[in-house]
Amino acid sequence: MTELLDLYRTMVRIRAFEDAAEAASQGGVTWGGAATGKASEVRVKGPLHLSTGQEAVAAGVCQHLGPRDLLTSTHRGHGHTLAKGADATRMMCELFGRASGYNGGKGGSMHIADFSVGMLGANGVVTAGLPIAVGAAHALKLQAQEAIAVSFFGDGAINRGPFLEALNWAQVYHLPVLFVCEDNRISATTRSAPMTAGTQAASARAESLGIPATRVDGNDVEAVSSAARRLVAEIRAGGGPRLLHALTYRQKGHVSVDPATYRDPQEVAEALKDDPIARARECLHARGLTEQAERIEAEARQEIESALAAASAAPVPQAADAYTDVVTIGEGAWK
Amino acid sequence: MTATAMQPRTLTYAQAAALALQEAMQASPHVIAMGEDLGRGGVFGQYRTPEGRTLADVFGTDRVIDTPISEATIMGAGVGMALAGLQPVVEMRVADFALCAIDELVNQAAKNRYMFGGQGRVPLVARLPIGIWTASAAQHSQSFESWFAHVPGLVVVAPSTPADNYGLLKAALACGDPVVYMEHKELWGLQGEVGGTPVELGKCRVAHQSAASGDLTIVSWSRQVHACVDAAHQLAAQGIHAEVLDLRTIWPWDREAVLASSARTGRLLVVHEAVQAAGFGAEVAATVAEHTGARVARLGAPRIPVGYAQTLEAESRISETQIVQAARRLLGK
Repeated sequence: MTELLDLYRTMVRIRAFEDAAEAASQGGVTWGGAATGKASEVRVKGPLHLSTGQEAVAAGVCQHLGPRDLLTSTHRGHGHTLAKGADATRMMCELFGRASGYNGGKGGSMHIADFSVGMLGANGVVTAGLPIAVGAAHALKLQAQEAIAVSFFGDGAINRGPFLEALNWAQVYHLPVLFVCEDNRISATTRSAPMTAGTQAASARAESLGIPATRVDGNDVEAVSSAARRLVAEIRAGGGPRLLHALTYRQKGHVSVDPATYRDPQEVAEALKDDPIARARECLHARGLTEQAERIEAEARQEIESALAAASAAPVPQAADAYTDVVTIGEGAWK
Repeated sequence: MTATAMQPRTLTYAQAAALALQEAMQASPHVIAMGEDLGRGGVFGQYRTPEGRTLADVFGTDRVIDTPISEATIMGAGVGMALAGLQPVVEMRVADFALCAIDELVNQAAKNRYMFGGQGRVPLVARLPIGIWTASAAQHSQSFESWFAHVPGLVVVAPSTPADNYGLLKAALACGDPVVYMEHKELWGLQGEVGGTPVELGKCRVAHQSAASGDLTIVSWSRQVHACVDAAHQLAAQGIHAEVLDLRTIWPWDREAVLASSARTGRLLVVHEAVQAAGFGAEVAATVAEHTGARVARLGAPRIPVGYAQTLEAESRISETQIVQAARRLLGK
């Protein structure tokens, strides 16, 4: 009963963060990339990939991870980062390009990360997180640590070569890694199904390598959590890699300024009815937890408003900061 | 167990690297190596101790890891291992194959420290053997040092002698940032004395000292250094005195030493095996011209793939004769 409240809190916090980031990103550029003349007023600039509608996957999986577990994510990584334990204010500062952001303003949304809680980074390259997670898992195993590695990726990622390489690697070295496919049915702006061979391809491809895979309704946060609990326990017990194939839906466009008019309106309407947060809220109502749910919603709003205010007031990096953290040898030899 | 100071001994270029790695692995349990065919000592025997044991035999297959033919994941996993506390030495077999791992090297390893705001570092050494290797043709012969010198976040090293292959690999392992370590495939068997003074990254070596009044400075690296030294001897016999500098580290390169020598001699010739067009020699020559006003010239391979037949391959090789001719042209002779 309390677990659903925890999961709900994570999802609501992610939704509040995504909604606030989305609003802060509007008006600077058009989907075609042209500047509108208001670009200087826009606080979150650049590509902003929202996970709105996919919150249940991040919440359900990260519910079973601790700060020592290592996570790699995708370009759509705000939800994973928050769910892994990062601070919303420092995340918002990073999106605003502020010196107090997690990356000191050097990364932005696509590279959001909090290494201190084991979140090793969102990534601007599709599939890139998988080999990194596999290497992290390999290191954990060699160092006899109990932690595991987890890699989130989308359905588009399974058509890149490193997906096969990383899964094969995880299996042959019997590594403690959970692969999580967030199957939102779309690769950037193109439907994935017509360009992906086979059915249920993410799980089927894992199974073809002998990696046990579990399919789950990725908009049912309790189902995700239940599956993840079992898979994480199996991995911690030395069972080797597992894959979780979560079916979900990306409610927004590829980036925040993409109106996603290329989608079938009927499909979108159906998907919005299947919103994971609305579903969880109904469960909470049915279990007599309405009051608690409302308190969680109010707290999330307050948390994100506070994050927005802090990010707006935070200082930007100095130009000289552009030259730090490149390489130590030869520092200063850039110009 | 810690590494102890070593008495100088004669080793091959391959053995020198193996010894450096062996000592680093003895000194730190965090150092591991991985790549294709490492179990049997590496495809060129560069993971075999001077006594002939494979490093896998010495340290176990957990620390000297035989991998699938998965370059992208060898490199990508190296990044993940580094972030999780290890110091991986990543073997790419030949530099040409590292192109299958270019995202993992350029977008991931090189960018990690910067784009995550210094939250982590990637102390990874990627070994990318370069160079023409008799009759190995277009996909096993390339020298890509300029590609990686162009990428912020990478250190690029190209040793030319056994002593440097020992010293520079040790320095690379201690560097803390990703290093693209480029050994030359036709130098594996070269013998030399190893174990003298430590070698620093970013410092060149005087490979041939000219008479007091040098006529020109020749800058080179990797195998081509040896041809330059031979050419310098031929030039000396013709009354032309050349100082040959072995760059050793391509990035960050030893500008101070190169500028000082070029300013002294007034002439710079840069020689490399890589294709001359957009090669790293252009960077060296342009910098010297901008800062010293010295006359500069470059000598590299023509912009053709390396051919298989010896008559074709020879067109991509830089001979002592060409170096002598280029030096004489620079002197107006």
